[in-house]
Amino acid sequence: MPDMTPSAVLQVEGLVKRFSTGDETITALDHVSFEVAQGEVLSVIGPSGCGKSTVFNIIGGLTDADEGRVVVEGEAVSGPHPAIGMVFQEESTFPWRTVAENIAFPLEIAGKAKDERVARARQYLALVGLQGFDRHYPAELSGGMRQRVAIARTLASQPKILLMDEPFAALDEQTRFLLGDKVMQIQQKLAQTTLLVTHNIAEAVQLSDRVVVMTYRPGRVKRVVAIDLPRPRTSEVVGSVAFQAFVAEIWNDLREEASRGMLDAEAHSRRVAIGTPASLNE
Amino acid sequence: MTTRRDTGTTWGPIGLGLATLVGVFAAVEAMIRVGWINGFIVPLPSAVLLSFERIIVEEGVLRRFLFTAAEALAAGTLVAVCGTSLGVLLYRRQILRLACENWVAALAAAPLVLIYPLLLVIFGRNALTIVMIGFLSGLPPAILKTVEGLSSTRRVLIDVGRSFNLSPSQQFRKILFPAALPTIFVGLRLGLMFALINIVGVEFLINFGGLGQFVNELAERYDLPAMYAAIFFVILVSVGFFLLTERIERWLGRVR
Repeated sequence: MPDMTPSAVLQVEGLVKRFSTGDETITALDHVSFEVAQGEVLSVIGPSGCGKSTVFNIIGGLTDADEGRVVVEGEAVSGPHPAIGMVFQEESTFPWRTVAENIAFPLEIAGKAKDERVARARQYLALVGLQGFDRHYPAELSGGMRQRVAIARTLASQPKILLMDEPFAALDEQTRFLLGDKVMQIQQKLAQTTLLVTHNIAEAVQLSDRVVVMTYRPGRVKRVVAIDLPRPRTSEVVGSVAFQAFVAEIWNDLREEASRGMLDAEAHSRRVAIGTPASLNE
Repeated sequence: MTTRRDTGTTWGPIGLGLATLVGVFAAVEAMIRVGWINGFIVPLPSAVLLSFERIIVEEGVLRRFLFTAAEALAAGTLVAVCGTSLGVLLYRRQILRLACENWVAALAAAPLVLIYPLLLVIFGRNALTIVMIGFLSGLPPAILKTVEGLSSTRRVLIDVGRSFNLSPSQQFRKILFPAALPTIFVGLRLGLMFALINIVGVEFLINFGGLGQFVNELAERYDLPAMYAAIFFVILVSVGFFLLTERIERWLGRVR
């Protein structure tokens, strides 16, 4: 169990999650604990299959943990909580709504008056740098712009904690760096507490104050790396020696886990192939 | 700005289609005039064209069209309300869906117009029978496409709704239904087309109502030019309806 710091906004305590697949039970998460301080950006990184997305879903209230709890500002939460705003990996804008209507969605749900919705939508549109696109539909925007709309929509609900699951995974590397800059600007402007789930080491180092490195199945916290690169930060930091050193350090921790994951995937493929009728293998 | 090439792409196919139609009519006209086609069975296209004025001015085709349109509107409203409601019910209750979906799919392929004698017995020889035939024939595609649209809503959109703590009713109104709307509309469009075809068919069969009855009357009078003109009028109505619904469907799809 982690020590509780007074400024911790989010505490994740001893999360355990098991999944049943036919006759075997897989432990996806094994007593995962960490905390996020006010205004901090914390990344959770690990190889595929380490349970990162399960952590995301449990904190966001979309999945229940078998053991452990999630505490927001001292209050244990179950289910989706208004203090937590989620940004998803997949493209998640509503295609039938304009950009402004997408951003105003949480305000509409909260029953805010139209004038307030419009004003707030404009404000967050400007924050993500999409002024002038308020009447466009998502289909008219690039993938990076759509993800900015999704981020603005989540920020419009004014969450205490911004929870992001590999939000740039579907984008090319250059857009990813530039969008990282945008997220850092927003985070610094709003002092937004942010929890980022990712498998991209450079992204985690670029954006975070601390990085939680997870083990391959069962997912456990292997190490927490403090990233003491100076702030305000931009993507220019990726050229620095310190940045490369952090990337190398985290990769050293991850390499063993990623190798285990790869071997496990190969073993699984072999099992599937053996179970396949011989005629299909010929 | 519309370029010359865009204009050509838009008007080229339309012009080619119209030219083909005119060419076919001219060929038929010529074949009838030289006696290759019996003029007592197939009227001259020019005579059919001239009959349009007669069926509009003397025979009141527009009044009959309005009668058929009213029946189609009634059947279409029933298809829209009942089809989407039943589709939502099947989506929500998996046991019902598993039990009924194949039956509904089978009904979509069945010639439901053949049950008109039963409906005649139940409702009598009136507009209600015709509306019910239209309704029943349009219902299966509306149900099936509603189920398909709701089921194929992307998981992440539902998760967005859950993350904002939407109530089940809000989840349906704000996310599921709008996400499924283009697919639901495809079902409604198909349903309305089926309804229109069957309405005109039953009007013809029971000799009651609007355009179908009109074609029947002209056939019994052996007024072939007017009969063909009336058939073309029905085809024009169907094409107009098809183009209108296609435009709405495109508009719905534009934002996707």
